[in-house]
Amino acid sequence: MKCFVGIDLGSTTTKAVLMDERGEVLGRGITNSRSNYDTATRVAKLEAYISTRLTLIHRALGALPGLLNGNVDTLLGGLERSFRLELFLEQLADLQNICQRQNKRDLRHLGMRQRIEAALDAIFERLRNKLAGLFAPEGSRRSDFFRDLAGSEYMHVAEEVAEDTGINFDILANLYDQSIIEVENHPPSEDIGGKFLRALERVVAQGHSGVSDTATVKSALQGALDVEVEESYVVGTGYGRVQLPFPKEHIRSEILCHGLGAHLMYPGTRTVLDIGGQDTKGIQVDGNGIVVNFQMNDRCAAGCGRYLGYIADEMNLGLHELGPMAMKATKTVRINSTCTVFAGAELRDRLSLGEKREDIMAGLHRAIILRAMSIISRSGGISDEFTFTGGVAKNEAAVKELRKLVQENYGAMTININPESIYTGALGAAEFARRAVES
Amino acid sequence: MSTATRSEVVKERSMLKQKSMITANYEALTSVQETGRKVAATFVPGNLNELIMCFDMLSNLPEINAIQNGMRKKSGLLIQEAEKRGHSEDVCTYVKCDIGQMSKGNIAPNGRPMPPPDLLLLSYTGCFTFMKWFELLRHEYGCETVMLQVPYDGDGKVTENMRSYVVKQLKEEVIPALERVSGVKFDIDRLREYLRKSAKAEDDLVWVLQSAKHVRSPIDAYFGGVYYLGPIFTAFRGTDDAVEYYEILRGEIEQRIAEGRGPITPEGDMKEEKYRVVVEGPPNWTSFRDFWKMFYDDGAVVVASSYTKVGGVYDFGFRHDPEHPLETLADYCLGCYTNRSLPQRVDMLENYVNEYQADGLLINSIKSCNSFSAGQLLIMREVEKRTGKPGAFIETDLVDPRYFSASNVKNRLESYFQMIDQQRKGASSAAQGIH
Repeated sequence: MKCFVGIDLGSTTTKAVLMDERGEVLGRGITNSRSNYDTATRVAKLEAYISTRLTLIHRALGALPGLLNGNVDTLLGGLERSFRLELFLEQLADLQNICQRQNKRDLRHLGMRQRIEAALDAIFERLRNKLAGLFAPEGSRRSDFFRDLAGSEYMHVAEEVAEDTGINFDILANLYDQSIIEVENHPPSEDIGGKFLRALERVVAQGHSGVSDTATVKSALQGALDVEVEESYVVGTGYGRVQLPFPKEHIRSEILCHGLGAHLMYPGTRTVLDIGGQDTKGIQVDGNGIVVNFQMNDRCAAGCGRYLGYIADEMNLGLHELGPMAMKATKTVRINSTCTVFAGAELRDRLSLGEKREDIMAGLHRAIILRAMSIISRSGGISDEFTFTGGVAKNEAAVKELRKLVQENYGAMTININPESIYTGALGAAEFARRAVES
Repeated sequence: MSTATRSEVVKERSMLKQKSMITANYEALTSVQETGRKVAATFVPGNLNELIMCFDMLSNLPEINAIQNGMRKKSGLLIQEAEKRGHSEDVCTYVKCDIGQMSKGNIAPNGRPMPPPDLLLLSYTGCFTFMKWFELLRHEYGCETVMLQVPYDGDGKVTENMRSYVVKQLKEEVIPALERVSGVKFDIDRLREYLRKSAKAEDDLVWVLQSAKHVRSPIDAYFGGVYYLGPIFTAFRGTDDAVEYYEILRGEIEQRIAEGRGPITPEGDMKEEKYRVVVEGPPNWTSFRDFWKMFYDDGAVVVASSYTKVGGVYDFGFRHDPEHPLETLADYCLGCYTNRSLPQRVDMLENYVNEYQADGLLINSIKSCNSFSAGQLLIMREVEKRTGKPGAFIETDLVDPRYFSASNVKNRLESYFQMIDQQRKGASSAAQGIH
């Protein structure tokens, strides 16, 4: 089958969307941009292909309701979890090998080399047991990125092992830091089909699948894996787009892609706000998703997603923890500067005045949205419907402030926030790819 | 790249002529110790070059020096020098570049020191910073200062009172000061002669600028335009050199039209004209070529710009008039783009979008120019509304390299050009009834 790929190379994450000839989304993939757009593109695309396979498998299994007692979702959920576990264990093994290699090269602790080697083996043994639970039916993962899943747990386990073995924790932490980027830059091995089949076997063996006729299911799965997915046209967008090995016709401005992507998600969209890692865009679109006006921040990334990233670092929190913390606020501390460089100073200043962390967080979220409102108003204001996209749209505290300020300034308005809003730019790019071939 | 190398080697005759004029002018300025000629420091908008020449004086234009430093990548250090002396980051970067240059020996592009001015002649045409800038220069040089107060054209109409007020100052303040400093008696017939030459050069200039009305414009009226404007804006208006320069230039553009060629760029002739835009606001000088390249690489040509009118608006009929020498100088100062109100600027830009069949208006807003940037978004909205053509807004600076973010500007420009494309496609689909 022919497919069309849109890739959005953002400053923080790289996203890919695969679309079929009818404009239906087949798969989505996301990865850290890690200042290496070639790898990020490869990984995001591969992730999107995996997600496409899952869609195709879903379609194939959906055609077998009798065999599955209508339980396609359970089987598919198990299949995906098991497949992800397979990928995860592969990356964990990769991480273990690279850590061991780094240890062998390290000339500083020659006398301890074997003890460190044994400590690493112990860490990874514990990690494998602990983290496999994340992929169990009742498990929940706060992120799909390997670094997020393995990173913090590695540190916890390394602390325990350091205590048990008397090896300095910093040595173990350092080995992880030296190795993680290389692991991220290794795309999953190519045997995707084999992994799916092994995943199916595991699910069936666990008895959670509700499958009565394994052979038919396996044959349907094989059929879905055999569908040839042909990449007809790729369109790239986002900050790293000029680095893509594409001719100029395959590159579209992210403003156009976000406008079109928002239109595809919500055809009634007239105003789009996108808050990404390094820029904030206010976009006005017409009834066909064509951009009629836009404004964005200038060279300063004040108040963009990266600002929240710095705040999270300053507070030693995960980015995803900021919103929930701000939601617990009892008041909103006034924050004047959304300058990313001054973020730490502003934060410490308020803390030193005795303000509570959650109240400061509420103030920071408000400050970001105030800046975004200024950019939107410069682009022509907000017209119904209003669609909010980008990584910050996932932050409940930011959304709460936005709703409040939209109501105060523009009155009642339909505000659309898609759970997949981070893919808006890539979706628009995929549609541009589809139209390029169509026309 | 080979095209680029060729075009850098083979310069057009007009370019060589202008280059020799500028070189000679810097030589004259840096040789006053030997020649004994007097120097008036004055600004581009509303400059009284013909009048200054009547007193055998030379003009030294501080903004042009700042532009020269910006294009030669020297302004960054000069600005930092001025900041060390206490000028804040938000102050006009032309001013800081000039202050920095003074503190570094005031070296001209020919490597020799600039002379201190004998007279500071401030023709005030809308930029409040100019006044403060000259206060700093007066403090530095302690020389005679004369200010021509040109009433702001707030109501969009030059009245007889406004004109006579300027003429009165010319007679009672400016001319006596020039006589005093130079020791030369004012000769109105000499002024008439210079004005006659100005008008001749202005005719050819307007022809050149209006050649951009051709679809497949032979010129870029912004990036190329700043070169075409050089002589008329600066120390050459009223000279034989300027008359000759514009005759040569006009001949070259006529030939370009006859041969169906597009505008010249640093990398040779522009191949394809995909977008025609009108630009408001000065260019960025520190990354001038990179900025220009972002346009011609995408097939965008600027067909009209307001910046090329800051030193005089000629394309609506005004010419220096030798029959009314002082009144014409007054009209010239009153009519400068910088002295025009927001509604007048909107009218002009609307006219350009329509007359030059442009795809829309692009505004390059200058970070450190507070007075001129105010109201630009309103201008854009109004022009969009009246013409139905999309506008776009970018932000850079005059000569502070820290305020030019190439990726941000490129992102916005590409988005703008692609937006024009999309709207064209949308319009053609609508015309064919396709949805």
